[in-house]
Amino acid sequence: MAERITTADVVHVAALARLELSADELELFTGQLAAVLDHAADVEALELSEVVPTAHPLPLVNVLRDDVVHRSLDRHEVLDAAPSVEGHRFRVPPVLGEPS
Amino acid sequence: MTEWETVIGLEVHCELATATKLFCGCRNAFGDEPNTNVCPVCLGLPGSLPVLNRGAVELAMRLGLALGCEVRPSLFHRKNYFYPDMPKDYQISQYDQPVNVDGVVELADGARIGVERAHLEEDTGKSSHVGGGGRIHEADHSLVDYNRAGVPLVEIVSRPDLRSSEQAKAYVNELRAVLLATGASDARMEEGSMRVDANISVRPVGSSVLGTRCEVKNLNSTRSLARAVDYEARRQIELLSAGEQVLQQTRHWDEADGRTSPLRSKEEAFDYRYFPEPDLVPLSPEPAWQAAVGEALPLLPAARRRRLAAATGAGAASVAMVVERGLDDLVLAALEAGGDPGRLMVHAEHDLAGATGALDATAFAGLTSMEAGGALTATQAKAVLAELVATGGDPEAVAGALGYEALPGEVLAGAVDAAIAANPAAWDRFLAGDAKVAGFFVGQVMKATAGKADGKAVTALLRQRAAS
Repeated sequence: MAERITTADVVHVAALARLELSADELELFTGQLAAVLDHAADVEALELSEVVPTAHPLPLVNVLRDDVVHRSLDRHEVLDAAPSVEGHRFRVPPVLGEPS
Repeated sequence: MTEWETVIGLEVHCELATATKLFCGCRNAFGDEPNTNVCPVCLGLPGSLPVLNRGAVELAMRLGLALGCEVRPSLFHRKNYFYPDMPKDYQISQYDQPVNVDGVVELADGARIGVERAHLEEDTGKSSHVGGGGRIHEADHSLVDYNRAGVPLVEIVSRPDLRSSEQAKAYVNELRAVLLATGASDARMEEGSMRVDANISVRPVGSSVLGTRCEVKNLNSTRSLARAVDYEARRQIELLSAGEQVLQQTRHWDEADGRTSPLRSKEEAFDYRYFPEPDLVPLSPEPAWQAAVGEALPLLPAARRRRLAAATGAGAASVAMVVERGLDDLVLAALEAGGDPGRLMVHAEHDLAGATGALDATAFAGLTSMEAGGALTATQAKAVLAELVATGGDPEAVAGALGYEALPGEVLAGAVDAAIAANPAAWDRFLAGDAKVAGFFVGQVMKATAGKADGKAVTALLRQRAAS
């Protein structure tokens, strides 16, 4: 079987997630992710060309609500739950750029 | 030397004019106190579930129908990314099955610009970056207001059919007119309820292969859009002419510098790891529902232009201007009331730029009839029109009050004959074909009639005298 996932794929995904992985971790996660994909391969092996893809397990469409305003949460309550607040806004760490 | 062609495709995001957000009942309002329109759903709190807003769906369908799109069954996906402007860490959007596909925007000059799709998605929160000159990656920290998170958007993606900055501008203006006509959005670029990103590439004239494109962001007005398109096309042409390559990039427009600079390398679509949103069921716009939404559509700008052009025979530019000003209904009603088509259009285009005030169709029609019949000169007609706008009333009465009494035909004829008799040398030159002398005679007649004569009527009489 062709290799389902390479170390390079894991490096790429880790970069997207802003994670720094050691060489050992890379090897470990590559193996674990490959096992997950192998499980998906079991499904791929089935003859499913006649089966319509399932968009949703529920046999429902058009579950809608009317465009009517509901009361929002109290701002003090919301911001009290935040780790850090400044000027009634959520204060968050700087946004990280792409590793260059 | 190679001649280059600019190819532009636009992505326009518009906030829909609903009362509430896309998936929760928080208010959709601009300019409220930060973090006052938030709830467990739009804050992404565990256990909360989104429920789709019927009003947003119907506005999106309405826009789709107005753009001549196929309105089709659609799905919502999660678009995963790592910015704090969405507390869920993903944005709910439509991916491979959008609600509207394959539409068209018809410009005033008749050009037809393809619309690939117009899909529904939620807006993100608003972040401000503190320190580092407000630049995202140099900031010390960021502050987030989630009032905008979850506000319904449509993203309208054009085909790469636009060929110049002027045309890109015309497309955005036309799209805005359609958004306003359908009531889908208030489409205010300055408030961010309409945002435009431009995909720009260049290629040698005659080539049918698309060049490598750059996506330009931070275009806050149609003027910025036009400047950015011109700058970016020039930059790419210079690179290619020097034998270098254009890198596919997202670039940031700096309005003050008048330049674009690279923002980040374009993340591939799969990096967002789209997958179907398990908390929302599919949307299926049944034919009866579509028909009901379609019935509520008003006459759209392109159709209004065709209607006005057919009724008045006016040129495309005048027609576009009058429709843009929303004066077409008035002109058509005045035409119905017996007005002069050419004069109605001239006044609508040049003299009614502001409000039409107290002017009604009957008075407007009457005014142009008086003008056409020679009872008012063009200058007098303008003054009467201004009065009709300011206070209303009947054009004849207004003209009378302003002292514009129609000159009886025989008085005018007498004044013309007197002018001819008093200036035999000039008359000989007129008879010899010197058309410029007509102006001299008009001046003489004006003097004799205290400015009440109509220049055109005088010229007509002069020609009549010359021919007899």
